[in-house]
Amino acid sequence: MSLEVNGKDRNAYVWTLKGRTWKPTLVILRINRAARCVRWAPSEKKFAVGSGSRVTSICYFEQENDWWVCKHIKKPIRSTVLSLDWHPNNVLLAAGSCDFKCRIFSAYIKEVEERPAPTPWGSKMPFGELMMFESSSSCGWVHGVCFSANGSRVAWVSHDSTVCLADADKKMAVATLASETLPLLAVTFITENSLVAAGHDCFPVLFTYDSAAGKLNFGGRLDVPKQSSQHGLTARECFQNLDKKESSEGSAAAGAGLDSLHKNSISQTSVLSGGKAKCSQFCTTGMDGGMSIWDVKSLESALKDLKIV
Amino acid sequence: MARNTLSSRFRRVDIDEFDENKFVDEQEEAAAAAGEPGPDPSEVDGLLRQYPSPARRPGLPWDMLRAFHAALRNSPVNTKNQAVKERAQGVVLKVLTNFKSSEIEQAVQSLDRNGIDLLMKYIYKGFEKPTENSSAVLLQWHEKALAVGGLGSIIRVLTARKTV
Repeated sequence: MSLEVNGKDRNAYVWTLKGRTWKPTLVILRINRAARCVRWAPSEKKFAVGSGSRVTSICYFEQENDWWVCKHIKKPIRSTVLSLDWHPNNVLLAAGSCDFKCRIFSAYIKEVEERPAPTPWGSKMPFGELMMFESSSSCGWVHGVCFSANGSRVAWVSHDSTVCLADADKKMAVATLASETLPLLAVTFITENSLVAAGHDCFPVLFTYDSAAGKLNFGGRLDVPKQSSQHGLTARECFQNLDKKESSEGSAAAGAGLDSLHKNSISQTSVLSGGKAKCSQFCTTGMDGGMSIWDVKSLESALKDLKIV
Repeated sequence: MARNTLSSRFRRVDIDEFDENKFVDEQEEAAAAAGEPGPDPSEVDGLLRQYPSPARRPGLPWDMLRAFHAALRNSPVNTKNQAVKERAQGVVLKVLTNFKSSEIEQAVQSLDRNGIDLLMKYIYKGFEKPTENSSAVLLQWHEKALAVGGLGSIIRVLTARKTV
């Protein structure tokens, strides 16, 4: 049972639960800038760290010396790696970076695993190899990447308010949706065809992928505020509100107070139960310090136009 | 270092400049367009001249919409030539100012997603160099384009590396 943490002090620690206490072990990452993101591989035998020194470090435990070592993936990453996600085969890794691209690399470590079988992303997978996929530049930093449950699709969200999805089964065709929201920061698959993403708008949204048409569609906002009970505003309160906020109602006018659950940008979404193929609960955490758990079934029944495919 | 000589010039050294792995921005080669990039001013002018006086024709004349689409066609996003970009901006601005306020919304509705993003880029470019009346007109266009494109279209103007 282990946790992994990394930070701006350019180190990473693996915390292991021994009895009732957590004990940290240092992992030397050999990076000269802050670490930005970390992900355990599904097999939990290695993890990947993305950092500002334009490398992705793949760390694994070396039995003979009883320490964690790391190997670097450097080329052709040209700027900070902001987000990572592992393919279910434990070898392929998607990395989203500040050089506006999402790339898929092979992180095959022969010391800890078997040779992987060929995948639609490529068949030869030596360590550090860029698989056939590198997104053509959208114009924004790639904040979040996610593989689908079976690994044949990868989705990413970028700072230019777009959501993109690449489908390996369709020769890596990329579907892009220019969204009307502020940039999204995190994305995750909840079924093979549906994505939940969230970001600076402070509420999660649903996107659906129509693989026949090769298009992404906006599915709807998932955080619909309940109509606040309007108590009658006295004339005095009206003037007070006008004085304070330049608006005659105190609620939900743009900028006068957010009508969403999270009061600040959502920085991460994760699947809690059900896996990425049939998620039943997911969790969002935000810069307001709040963590919310969303139940997919309740959302589907509450929001009648929502179609999770 | 500073104590010894009271010099703090070392603080102005940009250490990242000396990094041999420094990121060098590679812009893609400007696509050699078959014709001159940028909307054709003579075509747009011709369509504008055919715009009859509002008293005689109610509703949006077909020519005005065509002038609008012609102005947005073939935009100079791929070239670095400033003169071409200035000229394109001039043409688009002329069309935008010639529209009646009531017809702006209809014109905006006729655009697809990419068109809205392109229109936003021209609007913001127009804000950069305000003339007598241009800002007021551009603000009206901005309001209508925002209603359709949302905040995302403004974000794409800010993050776009290929400017119009």
